[in-house]
Amino acid sequence: MGLYNDKVMDHFMNPRNVGEIENPDGQGTYGSPVCGDMMQIQIKVDNDVITDAKFKTFGCGSAIASSSMATEMIIGKTIDEALEISNKQIIDELGGLPPVKVHCSVLADHAIKCAIYDYAQKHGKTYAGLEGFDPNADEDDHDDVVEK
Amino acid sequence: MRKVYLDYSATTPVKDEVLQEMIPYFTQHFGNPSSLYTLGLEAKAALDKARAQVADLINANPKEIYFTGCGSEADNWTVFGVANALKDKGNHIITTKIEHHAMLHSCEFLEKNGYEVTYLDVEPDGTVKPETLEAAITDKTILISIMFVNNEVGTIEPIKELAAVAKKHGILFHTDAVQALANVPIDVKDLGIDLMSMSAHKIYGPKGVGALYMRRGIRIPNYIHGGAQEMGKRAGTENLPGIVGFGKAAEMAKANIDEHIKHCSELRNYLVERVLNEIPDTFVNGTMEHRHPGNANITFEYIEGESILLLLDYKGISVSTGSACSSKSLKPSHVLDALGVPVEMIHGTVRFTVGDFTTKEDIDYVVESLKEVVEKLRLLSPVNEEKGW
Repeated sequence: MGLYNDKVMDHFMNPRNVGEIENPDGQGTYGSPVCGDMMQIQIKVDNDVITDAKFKTFGCGSAIASSSMATEMIIGKTIDEALEISNKQIIDELGGLPPVKVHCSVLADHAIKCAIYDYAQKHGKTYAGLEGFDPNADEDDHDDVVEK
Repeated sequence: MRKVYLDYSATTPVKDEVLQEMIPYFTQHFGNPSSLYTLGLEAKAALDKARAQVADLINANPKEIYFTGCGSEADNWTVFGVANALKDKGNHIITTKIEHHAMLHSCEFLEKNGYEVTYLDVEPDGTVKPETLEAAITDKTILISIMFVNNEVGTIEPIKELAAVAKKHGILFHTDAVQALANVPIDVKDLGIDLMSMSAHKIYGPKGVGALYMRRGIRIPNYIHGGAQEMGKRAGTENLPGIVGFGKAAEMAKANIDEHIKHCSELRNYLVERVLNEIPDTFVNGTMEHRHPGNANITFEYIEGESILLLLDYKGISVSTGSACSSKSLKPSHVLDALGVPVEMIHGTVRFTVGDFTTKEDIDYVVESLKEVVEKLRLLSPVNEEKGW
């Protein structure tokens, strides 16, 4: 009997890929402690493939679980593949989140895009999946995003 | 696994003596107190006894006690009853920013219907100053409602002084005493209270029973219309076993109050002292001076409350948090906000309430568990003392 399913609880209790990378190729932070959740993610990229990802998250159980799952999902993927990951897919991989917690998956989805955006900026690359993406946009209303 | 319940402000277990008193009223003495044969009269006698027991706890006359379905009903009845009864006199109500939602949402409903409500600011320790109250009074003010003890930070309000201000201006004074009952000595006559909300399940009685104290002479419309129960003021067949349980819980609370306050405050102080000394970047919200004996409201910086709650739950410990993430509304605690606690820190706030069944060993287990949980979450957090918020 719990707030979350076993998979979410497993990722919350034993989060994967926690920490920081020395000299990351890209890094992003999304959300803020004022909103109640904030995720920092760093990535290593080799030949357009994400070879490593590490995160740190301030937030509730589902924010931590979503962060953990998201890092698992992007490691080994190409940048283009990683950019295609939606918050819906993160939720599906977690076996579902309570409706009120859907925004936590958006946090992870946006943080990944922020880190890739940073990588693209630093390395002079452009990706179709980043078109129109502004890492500084709508930090305050990320709570309003609903399940797509 | 050890189980430690530290959420006595949410609800309390029913004491065995209370339960034993209740049981015959489900099966044996099940009569309707309105019935005129022996079985009904016996039920009526039990109802009267419980009314006297509750009245005795707060130094009221039994005729001034009206049983309700919960504390929220008593709050609603007061707000809508007074608003209706005195609508020709005025349309202004004064309450505070730190009330329970039963009060706040009732007032918000009235605001949509032409009433004006002033929500008083509180001091950083959670108290309402009598001067602040007096300054808000207008010639349209018909009701002042200020909670006796805050449910989140445990602040005990200066009710006698606040009620005196109301009386000086001839305004009805109500207090939501759901958290105060049995935790603070209450003498409604001495304090000058006109109306007061109470609940059984916070004082080791059953859920589903509350009461409104209404000083003799006050007339407000009924909230539930129907039969002549509760001296014609609150219709609906009485929850007799529940009311009997409330009465017994009140009787036990009166006999036990000094010991209860001593036991709870000693353990609470021990908890606070150990947490503040042994876990860095923690602070207590509210004041330690005039506070609910069992309440400790502590902020753990750089981490979020729901995560703390979940990890403690995994260790068998029950607490609550002011974090937005734990609320269905996703809004952080309005009480801590009113106290001026920065929002990012409200998210990392946990309320512990100890009670009669808490032991020192329980507190030791909770502190040791907290150390592990806080360290684990701080390692996970992108914010820390070095980086700052």
